[in-house]
Amino acid sequence: MNEIAKPAQRSRAAKWSRRGFIGAGVLAGGTLLIGVAVRPGNPVGKLGSLVAGGQGEQLINSWLKIDADNIVTAIVPHCEMGQGAHSVLAQMLADELDADWSLVRVMQAPADGSYVVTDTIRGFVAQGTLGAPDWLEPTWNGLFTRIGRLADGMITGGSSSVRTTGQHTMRIAGAAARQMLVGAAARAWGVPAAEITTAGSVLSHKASGRSAPYARFAAAAAEEDMPQTPALKAPGDYRLMGTDAPRTDIPAKVNGTASFGIDAVVTGQTMTYAAVRRAPVPGTRVAKMDASAAKAMPGVLQILNMGDFLAVVADSYWQAQQALNAITAEYTAPESSIRSSQDQFARFSAALDEAGEAGGKEVIALGDAKGAMAGAARKISADYQVPYLAHAPLEPMNATVWVRDGKCEIWTSTQVPLMARSAAAKALDISADDVTMHHPLLGGGFGRRLEVDYVIMAARIGQATGYPVKMIWSREEDTQKGLFRCADMSRFTGGLDARGRLVAYNNVFTQRNDPADACDCAFYDIPNKSIRVAEAELHLPFAAFRSVDHSQQAFFIESFIDEAAQAAGRDPLEFRLAMLGQSPRHKAVLEKAAAMAGWSTRPAAGRGRGIALTESFGTIVAEVVEVDMSSGKPRATNVWCAADPGFAMNPDGFRNQMEGGIVFGLTAALYGEISLRDGAVEQGNFHDYKLLRMDECPAIAVEIINGKHEKLGGAGEPGLPPVAPALANAIFAATAKRIRALPISKHFA
Amino acid sequence: MMKLTINGKVTAVDVDPAMPILWVVREKLGLTGTKFGCGMALCGACTVHLDGRPVRSCSTPIAEAEGKAITTIEGVAGPEGELSKVQQAWISEQVPQCGYCQSGQIMAATALLRDNPSPSDADIDAAMAGNLCRCGTYVRIRRAIKVAAGLEPAKGAPQTGSAQA
Repeated sequence: MNEIAKPAQRSRAAKWSRRGFIGAGVLAGGTLLIGVAVRPGNPVGKLGSLVAGGQGEQLINSWLKIDADNIVTAIVPHCEMGQGAHSVLAQMLADELDADWSLVRVMQAPADGSYVVTDTIRGFVAQGTLGAPDWLEPTWNGLFTRIGRLADGMITGGSSSVRTTGQHTMRIAGAAARQMLVGAAARAWGVPAAEITTAGSVLSHKASGRSAPYARFAAAAAEEDMPQTPALKAPGDYRLMGTDAPRTDIPAKVNGTASFGIDAVVTGQTMTYAAVRRAPVPGTRVAKMDASAAKAMPGVLQILNMGDFLAVVADSYWQAQQALNAITAEYTAPESSIRSSQDQFARFSAALDEAGEAGGKEVIALGDAKGAMAGAARKISADYQVPYLAHAPLEPMNATVWVRDGKCEIWTSTQVPLMARSAAAKALDISADDVTMHHPLLGGGFGRRLEVDYVIMAARIGQATGYPVKMIWSREEDTQKGLFRCADMSRFTGGLDARGRLVAYNNVFTQRNDPADACDCAFYDIPNKSIRVAEAELHLPFAAFRSVDHSQQAFFIESFIDEAAQAAGRDPLEFRLAMLGQSPRHKAVLEKAAAMAGWSTRPAAGRGRGIALTESFGTIVAEVVEVDMSSGKPRATNVWCAADPGFAMNPDGFRNQMEGGIVFGLTAALYGEISLRDGAVEQGNFHDYKLLRMDECPAIAVEIINGKHEKLGGAGEPGLPPVAPALANAIFAATAKRIRALPISKHFA
Repeated sequence: MMKLTINGKVTAVDVDPAMPILWVVREKLGLTGTKFGCGMALCGACTVHLDGRPVRSCSTPIAEAEGKAITTIEGVAGPEGELSKVQQAWISEQVPQCGYCQSGQIMAATALLRDNPSPSDADIDAAMAGNLCRCGTYVRIRRAIKVAAGLEPAKGAPQTGSAQA
């Protein structure tokens, strides 16, 4: 704008620009730094059309709206994949808003740059900037919002929703909206705002006896100035936070009405379905195909050779898959010389050999590891290894697309809707603005749906058809052709002093992704450390897996600590406790798990107990596993889990995540293995890629240590890491057999 | 045309008799509560009832359903949407995480309790071992079945939660 606005206009423009600065970011101390007002006629009114619902709704800001029936809808930017983020983020907003939980609904925020999760991006990109000084916050928020938009940062991962978006956005949005409602009521009633109280979605003024539901002042509230510093509740004032508020998404999940990506229907259009087959070895392509038999099969509409994959489009998915099965194909020769799992582990082993005791890239160097090792009274060493793993969410990869007139509409389960949008746009050579995303509930994510490979494939199929098509991967495609938790190998040497203390710690492994500190057990007081990574080629493409590096590192580290305890002739619990003098919270968690398990009592004959302690995604977790070896094969009978997340916003939801992480981790520990033959994945379906079943599931007890800390830990991932080492350690306790390679079941075949 | 009875309603579909029940109910009848997980009767996500017996709809041809009553997850609640005891227990015990397998879990549990109103832990394990849950809600499923059977009290979470908008 070049012309100078008149004073009245200028003041209004200033107000708009403040409100229009999208990307609400807030400080734990309670300062609202950036608010977004969205309502009809607003300069950022584009959002209004994206999140609008029924008549009489009033958007108070971009994170919540209130309708005429006094229903509050929290607009949640994270995806719901079972972790309960939708519900708990709404719970946090509703508490600050003093809303009646039974009148709260949740809406998935649309895939739009306005809903980048600024604080999650901050958590990923620049750890430690959350909780920065007040004066710095606006700069940080502006910066990370911009980064977030550039990076399509609408991400659900890293066990981060509650501790970033929940703490720094949803609570502020609720508190700001509450203050605006109070302001509007105060004006209308002609009373001081300070005299108005709020509870259960109702405003009250005691002295005059007036009260009104929020809905009555929703429109007026939207005209109030967005408070820049809404006060947040102190823990003593929480009404919903810290309670087991029932999850909003569960009712629809018990009657068949919950809608997942695979359930997409393009309204008013005839649906078609695509089955796909990728080349079996990463990097290879279709060299030749014979589809003559498939062409003649009923329902077949199109057969596509896309180079890197084949697709059959038909009237039904079953017909498409039948026809695909009838296609024979040959593929180009793989370039990688890794043909088998043995080849893969030989690469790892060679990299570790080459690195020796000092080579590779240094990750942690503490004290004098070399000197301490030389002076150690006793040395131990051990190699551990883990195989590739498939994520295997029960909803296979799928996406529905409709490409027409230079535009594309996509329906898919994804943890990264904006990245999916950009990837599809790039594949189709159109603008991301011409791609509309619909991203309903996820039938499991676990990191797999941080990747967009399947969305790109569907977009390319849709481009070829021009009509709506739903691509669904078979379970075999999903198990064999996607991206994987890496295989890895880790080598340790430890030095014990004359008193049996672990004084030297030397470790080198080959795969390092995320989080950066997953390879260290910093909470243990080990004075001299050398931790290094000696990178080695991976044959299969990598995708983050629930708890990422912790999923293998915890097994390596806590198995080795157990071996050190054994070498020192100490009880595994006592050995660990002796190293936790500087880590009182970790010590308390470990003691709690041990007490729950009755560690000091002897297990029944044929049984053993193992223990492990980890910290991941800000949450400290200790688990004790009891294993029954009386049949000759391991059966986990009990898991006792103690966890300190700082504060659990929804304790029951947190426990559910610990339980889930434990089962997920037991599957990986006992059965999980993706192996290679001729460069391709050998496993195909749940008969040879086994998941833990009900009759193998142990009794699980979870206790939360709720210290009411301001800094919160995550929930989705931290339950997983300790369970594999605790189980392996339990097997050692019962049998004196040390498991150094997963999966465990292979040792008892 | 094939005449089918689904959730108490008679309907006719024109499909290949070899097509699995799963794809008929999902694609032709729009009942998407029944899920595709493996296609080989290994995961149980597709479980429906045929004359009250649980079957894996991904591996059962629609021809086998002719003349029988098919019940899907959409037909478990009463005519006014009143939830069954199993569904209520699934809410009170806050069982689902992602929820994708839960239609199949509820169909399996419903069939179990019809045959065996007071199942032991071993009965539950045996009846439910065919239904995978990747999120790992087994502990809660076990408890919810006992709650539905009246063997354990409900945890007391209100039955009237908020719904998804």
